Amino acid sequence: MTELALSPQREAYLRARKRRRNAVRFLQAFLLLAFLLLWELAAWVEWIDPFIFSCPTRVLETLTNLWHSGDLWLHLGTSCLETVVGFLLGTAIGTLAAAVLWWSGFASAVLSPYLVVLNALPKTALGPIFIVWMGAGTASIITMTLAISVITTVLSMHAGFLTVDPQQIRLMRTLGAGKGQIFCYLVFPANLHTLVSTLKVSVGLSWVGVIMGEFLVSRAGLGYLIVYGSQVFNMDLVMSTVLLLAIAAVIMYLTVLWLEKLLEKHLGVIP
Amino acid sequence: MMIDLRQVALTYQAPDGEVEALKDVTLSVEDGEFVSIIGPSGCGKSTLLALIAGLETPTAGTVMVDGETVTVPSPKIGFMPQRDQLFPWRSIWGNVTLGLELRRQNTPERQAHVRTLLERYGLDGFAHKQPAQLSGGMRQRCALIRTLATEPKILLLDEPFSALDHQTRLSVSADIHRIIRQEGKTSLLVTHDISEAISLSDRIVVLSHRPATVKSIHDLSVLHRYAPMERRAQPEFQTLFHHIWKELDIND
Repeated sequence: MTELALSPQREAYLRARKRRRNAVRFLQAFLLLAFLLLWELAAWVEWIDPFIFSCPTRVLETLTNLWHSGDLWLHLGTSCLETVVGFLLGTAIGTLAAAVLWWSGFASAVLSPYLVVLNALPKTALGPIFIVWMGAGTASIITMTLAISVITTVLSMHAGFLTVDPQQIRLMRTLGAGKGQIFCYLVFPANLHTLVSTLKVSVGLSWVGVIMGEFLVSRAGLGYLIVYGSQVFNMDLVMSTVLLLAIAAVIMYLTVLWLEKLLEKHLGVIP
Repeated sequence: MMIDLRQVALTYQAPDGEVEALKDVTLSVEDGEFVSIIGPSGCGKSTLLALIAGLETPTAGTVMVDGETVTVPSPKIGFMPQRDQLFPWRSIWGNVTLGLELRRQNTPERQAHVRTLLERYGLDGFAHKQPAQLSGGMRQRCALIRTLATEPKILLLDEPFSALDHQTRLSVSADIHRIIRQEGKTSLLVTHDISEAISLSDRIVVLSHRPATVKSIHDLSVLHRYAPMERRAQPEFQTLFHHIWKELDIND
């Protein structure tokens, strides 16, 4: 059907849809603007103390200063790098460990209580231990990130590996596949969607690990800026850093979503 | 004799006891024959196929395929699982050559053979498509070609049409049957559909409740000259249907 031949009902439906979409977009933008304006106004008429609560213009000014001094890229880059390294290492090590557990049901049975304990344990408690072991530096922060994301990756990848259809494994065996081939040709590719949903969770967890690590030890990074800002009572710096952190975390999450789309397109796993 | 089972028994060990799946199964299939196995659900029909495919070891008796005792999955056997099980992350070509890749036989000659099969059965334009882009019937053909690619002598079909709707099932089973006849393969089909068994087979083996044993064997040579869809219109079809239906009676 061409655009000219649309029925009146169809046109009405499309109009209503477009109206609704526009209303949603408008309200989303409105809420953000209203919040910023109210914040700014509250600071101006001194309903809140801008020294403690900061305000949008002061945040903007702080960000501009950070930009000009070049510190912005140093801190943002440091944290992003640590997150990406921790996240990639966590995913790789976690997937590898899950593969070992899939390979050997015996190992999986032996190790399961330890995994339960490690999963239940708040990994941030290990921070001071890592600092003593690895020194007060990037290595500790990355280890922290790894510790937070790796166990969930192991557990969910292993669970995914175990849900592969036994009929498909049977088919692979009759086609002459050994265990390694069954993993490479079937079990792993069948769980790429599990990997992507694990990535979505661990990208968030990696940020938790990095910020926690930087709170404890660091000379650079967004976590460092937040701690430093609060210690010198520069709330403008704290608020600006939180904003930067939100943007960086969202961009990383969107990258994972984009990766998911790419995988779906190239592997034909279109739902 | 292509397939020869003598007094085969299989007992599974489970934590809460032993499960006797098969007991004293004696059965043979001639070269080029199409035999169906029918029985009450959960009676061990699929277990029987697993034994012949070399995926399970019998606790008693012998399983011979083409004169050799079966111990491991043999290249002489092709297996068609429930549903087509095409892997969505591989193209049609990737799926049909999967067996060649796994057995490291992905040679130009073998590939040429697969290409001939795709052409012969109307799939030559679809090699680079993804499985999701094909109809149910075409997917089933691809599943068959994946099995034929490694040039097995025997095809084991484990309720391959069970996920299809009735209409599609009738045409797809007739289609697959025609291809199997044309390629001259010995076939063993497990099904719970009596009509399907009668319309496709040379012989029907009826299994009993668990532990499964051979209850009766029906010779369908009177229907041999008819195509699957024509068979359904023959008077013998109804007689056989009722006969087998009675034998499968859930109350016995």
